[in-house]
Amino acid sequence: MTRSPIPLPQVRGFLQTQRTDYWWVTPILVLLGLGSFVIYSTWAAFQGCNYFIGGIDQPGVQRLLSPFYSPVLWDPTGINSGHAWFGQLPGWWPSFIPFSPALLILPFPAGFRFTCYYYRGAYYKAFWGDPVSCAVGEPGFRGGNYRGEQKFPLIMQNIHRYFLYAAVLFIGLLAWDGIASLQHYNADGTRSFGLSVGSLILIINPIFLSLYTFGCHCMRHFVGGNHDCLSCSMDGGNAYRKVTWLNQRHMLFAWISLFGVAFTDIYVRLCANGTWTDLRIL
Amino acid sequence: MSTQTATAAITTPKPPADHARPVHFRIWRGDKDTGAFVEYTVNVTEGMVLLDCVHRIQAEQASDLACRWNCKAGKCGSCSAEINGKPSLMCMTRMDTLPPDKVVTVEPMRSFPLIRDLVTDVSWNFRVKKTIKPFKPRKPDNADGSWTMFQQDIDRVQEFRKCIECFLCQDVCHVIRDHHKEDEFIGPRFLMYTAALEMHPLDTEDRVGDLKNRDGIGYCNITKCCTKVCPEHIGITDNAIIPMKERVVDEFYDPITRLFRIFKGKK
Repeated sequence: MTRSPIPLPQVRGFLQTQRTDYWWVTPILVLLGLGSFVIYSTWAAFQGCNYFIGGIDQPGVQRLLSPFYSPVLWDPTGINSGHAWFGQLPGWWPSFIPFSPALLILPFPAGFRFTCYYYRGAYYKAFWGDPVSCAVGEPGFRGGNYRGEQKFPLIMQNIHRYFLYAAVLFIGLLAWDGIASLQHYNADGTRSFGLSVGSLILIINPIFLSLYTFGCHCMRHFVGGNHDCLSCSMDGGNAYRKVTWLNQRHMLFAWISLFGVAFTDIYVRLCANGTWTDLRIL
Repeated sequence: MSTQTATAAITTPKPPADHARPVHFRIWRGDKDTGAFVEYTVNVTEGMVLLDCVHRIQAEQASDLACRWNCKAGKCGSCSAEINGKPSLMCMTRMDTLPPDKVVTVEPMRSFPLIRDLVTDVSWNFRVKKTIKPFKPRKPDNADGSWTMFQQDIDRVQEFRKCIECFLCQDVCHVIRDHHKEDEFIGPRFLMYTAALEMHPLDTEDRVGDLKNRDGIGYCNITKCCTKVCPEHIGITDNAIIPMKERVVDEFYDPITRLFRIFKGKK
């Protein structure tokens, strides 16, 4: 096979283009949107407090748990959220490693989004200008050394499907948190049904996350994309068509669910620190 | 290469007809060694596309302006160019969609060697196409030598058959355009061509190894520029390249799927 290189006399420098439209708007919005989320979620993950309300010592308050902290494997020392699977932080945890329940959880959803096909295309442009936008000159230093996802380190993006498995599991857990948010403690320690604005937020959040997760390109591959014969599948390609519908709106659901999960954490956090009060509906 | 702007000596358009408006153009003139933008003015009337303007310039002001075209209906893929920096078909760019009070810049595709003015040498694409394993159908299903398949199985592939080979996707792809990986990367057009063969329900050939090792599918970093410029609105990235990337993962990067494939005996 011979594919002789093509001589290209016209090489443009960084940001050079003949485009006259507002091509720079989208990368800036992605930079601001994703950058803000990363900064906020990192800060929130390290707090290790104000991640729940409605504990046994808060009768009448609906039980809300921040999605950044769910599931809680261990509560930090001195905190009893009532959500921890294994109780208090065990003594063997090295004291020099800061502990927050979110630090054990967030790598999985973060990994899912980091390796997501939509986000990859978006942050390659917005964060390291590869390219900044279509038909706009790139930083010159990369040039012929470009490796893309063909080689290390970005070849690791191929791990995306494993993060998908975790993301599906997390949707189940967050849906359970939504159901649990329909409860509050009574003064005598028993639990009763109730509904609050926070409960609605915790129920809607996993729905948005589902719309994003189940429209994932890997999911589309698993439900039919990996077969040449769709009609041969057990459901006649029905699941493939439904996932394709979601996949065509993947960018939309990616952003809605991203802001949704951040807002859910903000809501719980502000209720927990007393800034807001979770309004009871029922 | 020179990039100064020159003004054509013969630039006296006829007086505007009713409803005509003058539009100023900067058109790249030159060959592989040298070139510059040259300014022209054309009186544009309702319904004109950019290719009409180029033809009018050829007819009235610059009879030696080189421009490749054929059908003027967005189906032959000949008149690819960069209009205001965006890879587009000249025949499908209506003048009323361009900013009315700004100069319109028309350049040849930047990812291919220039022959002259707006005409580029796209023969690299045809050389690449020859290297892709051809269609290899399974044995006929029926005694009369025919096959049986269902429309829904062929729908995915038929989308890719809309391609008119204008090579705008190849032009805009930064792997070729900015990184010049044309020796290691076949570009979105041919990743899609491979997908059309690979996803065909009758095909038995395996091209996944080639996609990874020879065709450089990993160089695609999903910027979706190819999809954005496609005049046939084919979902190149979502429907062709990413599904192929997933098949590469199945075969080379995912130990669990590989295990399943061994047990199921897939190709």
